[in-house]
Amino acid sequence: MTDLTRLTASETAAAIKDRTVSAVEVTQAHLDRIATVDGQVHAFLHVDTEGALAQARKVDAGEFPGPLAGVPLALKDVLTMEGVPTTAGSKILEGWRPPYDATVTARLKAAGVVILGKTNMDEFAMGSSTEHSAYGPTHNPWDLTRIPGGSGGGSSAALASYQAPLAIGTDTGGSIRQPAAVTGTVGVKPTYGGVSRYGLVAFSSSLDQAGPCARTVLDAALLHEVIAGHDPHDSTSIDAPVPPVVEAARSRHIRGLRVGVVKELSGEGYEPGVQARFDEAVEILKDLGATVTEVSCPHFVYALPAYYLIAPSEASSNLARFDSVRYGLRVGDDGVNSLEEVMALTRAQGFGAEVKRRIILGTYALSSGYYDAYYGQAQKVRTLITRDFARAWESVDVLVAPTCPTVAFPLGAKLQDPLAMYRQDVASIPSNLYGGPAASFPAGLSDGLPVGLQVMAPTLRDDLLYRVGSAFEAALPAPVPSLAWENA
Amino acid sequence: MTAVPYDEALAEFEPVIGLETHVELGTASKMFCGCATEFGAEPNTQVCPVCLGLPGALPVVNETAIESTIRIGLALHCDIATWCRFARKNYFYPDMPKNFQTSQYDEPLCTDGYLDVLVAGETVRIPIERVHLEEDTGKSLHVGGATGRIHGASHSLVDYNRAGIPLVEIVTKPVTGTGTMPAEVAKAYVTELRDVLRGLGVSDVKMEQGSLRCDVNVSLNRPGQEWGTRSETKNVNSLRSVERAVRSEVERQAFRLRAGERIVQETRHFHEDTGMSTSGRSKEEATDYRYFPEPDLVPIAPDPVWVATLKDALPEAPSVRRLMLTKELGLSDNDSEAMVNAGVLDVVLATVEAGTSATEARNWWLGHLAQSANTAGVDAADLPITPAQVARVVALVNAGTLTAGLARQVVDGVLAGEGEPDAVVVSRGLAVVSDEGALAAAVDEAIAADPDAAEKVRSGKVAAAGALVGKVMKATRGQADASVARRLVLERLGVTADLS
Repeated sequence: MTDLTRLTASETAAAIKDRTVSAVEVTQAHLDRIATVDGQVHAFLHVDTEGALAQARKVDAGEFPGPLAGVPLALKDVLTMEGVPTTAGSKILEGWRPPYDATVTARLKAAGVVILGKTNMDEFAMGSSTEHSAYGPTHNPWDLTRIPGGSGGGSSAALASYQAPLAIGTDTGGSIRQPAAVTGTVGVKPTYGGVSRYGLVAFSSSLDQAGPCARTVLDAALLHEVIAGHDPHDSTSIDAPVPPVVEAARSRHIRGLRVGVVKELSGEGYEPGVQARFDEAVEILKDLGATVTEVSCPHFVYALPAYYLIAPSEASSNLARFDSVRYGLRVGDDGVNSLEEVMALTRAQGFGAEVKRRIILGTYALSSGYYDAYYGQAQKVRTLITRDFARAWESVDVLVAPTCPTVAFPLGAKLQDPLAMYRQDVASIPSNLYGGPAASFPAGLSDGLPVGLQVMAPTLRDDLLYRVGSAFEAALPAPVPSLAWENA
Repeated sequence: MTAVPYDEALAEFEPVIGLETHVELGTASKMFCGCATEFGAEPNTQVCPVCLGLPGALPVVNETAIESTIRIGLALHCDIATWCRFARKNYFYPDMPKNFQTSQYDEPLCTDGYLDVLVAGETVRIPIERVHLEEDTGKSLHVGGATGRIHGASHSLVDYNRAGIPLVEIVTKPVTGTGTMPAEVAKAYVTELRDVLRGLGVSDVKMEQGSLRCDVNVSLNRPGQEWGTRSETKNVNSLRSVERAVRSEVERQAFRLRAGERIVQETRHFHEDTGMSTSGRSKEEATDYRYFPEPDLVPIAPDPVWVATLKDALPEAPSVRRLMLTKELGLSDNDSEAMVNAGVLDVVLATVEAGTSATEARNWWLGHLAQSANTAGVDAADLPITPAQVARVVALVNAGTLTAGLARQVVDGVLAGEGEPDAVVVSRGLAVVSDEGALAAAVDEAIAADPDAAEKVRSGKVAAAGALVGKVMKATRGQADASVARRLVLERLGVTADLS
């Protein structure tokens, strides 16, 4: 019998549908896999064994007709799931069991997807390595001494170590794409507003976007279709039809597609190996019939500083609610300390260093007298970046760039240098500021470690990402990790 | 003595007042979620992930609240924004679930209007700075302290039922030139505003339940000099308190200024029992609310055509209805102003519509009902009696079923919750007795009890019959039909009644 954990999501769904295998068997195989390897990878913060098997039994009883019924999935711990612990990687939410499902969670359940558990992440999605999780780092299955990317390193590592064929990530500045790139998996940040944020523990409201993660382009598209679409609970959710992503993921041709290489997202700061794989990827796209030109987006160089004003500003406000009054951690409530002291003690102990750094940054940037110079100015940069994209769309259909400047770096390498960590997102942030969709597809290896090809498209043209991804995947299959440590 | 008498203070200083009024809208659901808004429900029973600020929850705007706010703006002659946004006002407080209030900052829905009010026969135009929409906070209950305030309390309880109820803030521009009557102007403004809001049907505007709340800003300056430092008095929970709060603050500031002291910019708390305020939080170090546009909501862009429709459908302003009272119903300016100040204009009109004459309605609402309200410490319009019930009592009087005195007893019965007027008449046994047989005994007793008066009547001094009729009325607890009683007295004493 084949190893059920090695199947793609679409293969798994087909096998369950024609009763070759039961959803319970598939689920159990993944739970067993988690039990075997996650001690070393640490992708999961919580495994919902009972809930997963219960859902699988419902699938086997024929309750769900959808294309992903019975397929296991790893859910980033930033999305609420009723009754299941949700921490967002933070001590301050330890033990909190949400009384409600995020819209994404509800749609997954309704589609018969089996949610295995909640995956590790940088605290409140702030980071690029998952080392900022309050519950310890996740390890990259390609090399356990290296980072799996972040903030969604738990989801990417779960995919790369075959603990789940599907995962959900969220992307505020690259937290879906960079982990995908450094683990050799597929990660898609949909158009902002394409997937509901209701139930997504907010980091930066105007940038956060949940999206699909998978090992294949088609699997990502199938998952995209399940979670996307208008949600009346999210005012910023777009009331428009979901782009034809699944059809695009099956198309596999890009003949005549106009591809722009972003001039500002290459060269200095990009590792030679990363640049080489990217250049080869561009050649492959040419071979596939795309017309490739270089496009200048002059304001992209300001994206990183603008992002590090906007995102912390919104975060400083979004994270104010963690005050010990209604849920989560409470420190120092001894009947002597005042309310303010309990709030302060709780926040001092409940938040990690990176979260505090960003709260302070954001509080400062929004302060009276500084607002115009920082937050206001950053919003202007955002407008200029959006114009850069708009101008690009006059001549090309999609833009490409490396997903991030490096391959997976060793754990601990950038912990003492926040700015170096922030630079991981230099190529992914422009799409967040603009709001358009962007994806990372496996583009080969550099020194044995995965590199990602980033594709960016106009808002609501998420289908173009899948078109490029499907053609590229056919031409250059994703690398397969040896996972030699399993037998070590 | 730490105050300068009001008139004396205003002879020496010029007042500048400003009023910030918060109105809880009467929408069925909250501002950003579907929770109910009923007043007085069990604590924390009207809550959900959104209004509790649970992680991940998101707001969705209540369209009715937007519409109500625009209608208020239109009624106050404001410009309506064609595009505006909500903003986050960031500060920590346990009854505010998100530790920011979703409000409006530099882009309010309505700006630059006015409201005309009548004070001592003169029209005073109060300029309106802005009308904006925000969400209410929860309510904290501090337990174990002496004062009910957080200081000294052993613990606090928070009720989030109110959190997220739509709240409209109406802010005046600084009002100058109120001369010797800043307190009267302030009261007249809030009264008129309340009538406008009630007429729009957007809120039940009950000050005692907090659905209409008022902050009063006052500063004083010597003539010709710059405006003084202002204080902001909160917890002003009745129309009467609006006037008293301004009055006491004028008196307090005048005393300090006279003594050469400076006025501290601060929040003060008004105390209903003493009519005085005490110092609260100093505002000298202004809180930095770090306002920024609310990223969880999309901008509001009211369609001008829709706004025009709302404008056309506005009800008549209270001032127009007041004109109707004076012109068509023949009431005097004094009467209508008195009614406005007592806040009974709407109920008077409704009473007239229910079938009384204007004078009858006026007499009830400015007379017995005003006294009852005063005794109960509430506004007359908030008494538990409807205009229809008042009209019914008037009808019973006109039909001869009740005397004026009986009518007051019937009204008291209605106010005491004894039911409809007719039911009170029955249950209290208050109908006029005009049955001669039933009155005969009382007449005989009256004559027997006062032989002097009887003799005078017999000797032709008919006027002396009044004392005997009075005795009959007293014996029947006011229920006797006085004209019947009089005729019986005269007949019994052998006087051929000339009843003119």
